[in-house]
Amino acid sequence: MMNRFLTLLAALLCALSVQSAQAQDGPLRIEITEGVIEPLPFAVPDFVPGSAAAAQAASDISGLIAADLTGTGLFREIPKDAHISGITSFESPVQFADWKAVNAQALVTGAVDVDASGRLTVRFRIWDVFAGQELGNGLQFVGTTEGWRRMAHKVADQVYSRITGEGGYFDSRVVFVAESGPKDARQKRLAIMDYDGANVTYLTDSSSIVLAPRFSPTGQRILYTSYESGAPRIYVLDVETVSRRVLENQDGTMSFAPRFGPDGRTIVYSVSRGGNTDLYRMDINSGQSTRLTNAPSIETAPSFSPDGNRIVFESDRTGSNHLYIMPASGGEAQRISTGSGNYGTPVWSPRGDLIAFTKQSKGRFHIGVMRTDGSEERLLTASFLDEGPTWSPNGRVIMFTRETQGAQGAASLYSVDITGRNLRRVPTSTGASDPSWSPLQ
Amino acid sequence: MTYLKTILMLCAGLALAACTDPARFDDSNTVDLNGGSGAGVAGTASDPTSPAYFQQAVGDRVLFVIDQYTLTPEARGTLDGQAEWLMTNRDYNALIEGHADEQGTREYNLALGARRANSVQEYLLSRGVPASRLSTISYGKERPIEICSEESCYAKNRRAVTVISIAPTS
Repeated sequence: MMNRFLTLLAALLCALSVQSAQAQDGPLRIEITEGVIEPLPFAVPDFVPGSAAAAQAASDISGLIAADLTGTGLFREIPKDAHISGITSFESPVQFADWKAVNAQALVTGAVDVDASGRLTVRFRIWDVFAGQELGNGLQFVGTTEGWRRMAHKVADQVYSRITGEGGYFDSRVVFVAESGPKDARQKRLAIMDYDGANVTYLTDSSSIVLAPRFSPTGQRILYTSYESGAPRIYVLDVETVSRRVLENQDGTMSFAPRFGPDGRTIVYSVSRGGNTDLYRMDINSGQSTRLTNAPSIETAPSFSPDGNRIVFESDRTGSNHLYIMPASGGEAQRISTGSGNYGTPVWSPRGDLIAFTKQSKGRFHIGVMRTDGSEERLLTASFLDEGPTWSPNGRVIMFTRETQGAQGAASLYSVDITGRNLRRVPTSTGASDPSWSPLQ
Repeated sequence: MTYLKTILMLCAGLALAACTDPARFDDSNTVDLNGGSGAGVAGTASDPTSPAYFQQAVGDRVLFVIDQYTLTPEARGTLDGQAEWLMTNRDYNALIEGHADEQGTREYNLALGARRANSVQEYLLSRGVPASRLSTISYGKERPIEICSEESCYAKNRRAVTVISIAPTS
């Protein structure tokens, strides 16, 4: 349903003709691999409305672009009341001296038009103020007026990626479990929202417990666990039609912890039978399943490598919980976590180089990352209960569940940069847990 | 930081508002979800053939040590009573629910709850209760009965509850 404007938007990336400017890697560059200390100052004066009808959208869009960029912790907005000159015409030359004077290193200018049929057009340019040059080419996006947030996110993704040299993540969504009610009678619903908490849509009602949803590689389907039939079972749900089907339905078993492989049809998941939990894989088109592990210990919380060749998972085979990697077809597993404490919920990064995980140690919970060989473990957070990391599409940010302590304890979503900086709560109007980040749309 | 605090406070307000909405949490919603909370069990504890007697006099639950699923001597005592009751009252089937406390990740706790439920099932089988009358389910940490974040509550949440129901007539 929400995907309707994906097609309508048809993201027309048509380059406006720009005479000179080639993207330049001069001074306007954030090297985020080294951990940014000082955020880059930027300005987004209100986009120029083509008519009175476009005025609200123009102001909303420029505001959201600024919010996206500021939210990364890598950029700092020069507030509008400090601007010396506004932008009144998208085509007029930029007065660089005015922007230099307020120390805006990057400037985003734009124009917004709404035609009679409600079609929204956003044009923008990104400027390197101190070089006095355009950064890359101007672009225009066309969509519907209801899709204005996505268009703003797309502009912000362009600004982010041109300045950092890395992919953006603003035009993305998160599937999660919306929670309400007291701790001993909590109600859970599957919900989907924009990465920033806007546009929440519910996918299930609260009649049965739902757990740990995961997006397919294209973001069109969701795997999750539900008690709909009584026992926990794994389901696949189509986001557009909100239709769902059970994938594993053997009597006397429970199935849970399903995750997609990169092909979008191979999944890996846990089955509990007779108290023992092992990993299985299934081709969800044919329904054919294969057992991957066969041990008396608990094997769960699997995650495919981005190339689909390996699976990282959690096992308590040594007595405490550790992370292991095995071939995607099963076989010998290599333990990668080496520290003390319990490690769980490993998630392979989209770049393939890191594993995010939950660590329980000395009565505290942490979200951390390590390399795939287990080296360079770094803990990014600490609290009473942090768990269940998920990666932003560009592998720079991790979102997770944080639950507060005590009788009034509640779950909410947080995000943190992989440097450990910029811890933020993701705004949701209800309790929220078990986030899974979509790919860039 | 103040921004974060403001948001947290706003949300706390919303959560509270949700709890006080009586329409959302009436008894019909909460009885079963709590798993053996006692509400809605038929009969009186004075009738030894009633589910209420099973729950209160025999004892419908056993508790576990942190991260463990082996039965304590006390648990075995309770389960001896459950087995005896089930062997006498053959019209009833038992669903064994395994639960975990909140100290642990969601999916691991599901698997741990499955181990606990299975420990109870194995014991009842060993005492002669037919497999056809027993089944198990795990709720992991999804259905705590005690809500404080202290060992006194955790100890009661690390449980396996035997829920009795009339066997369907074949």
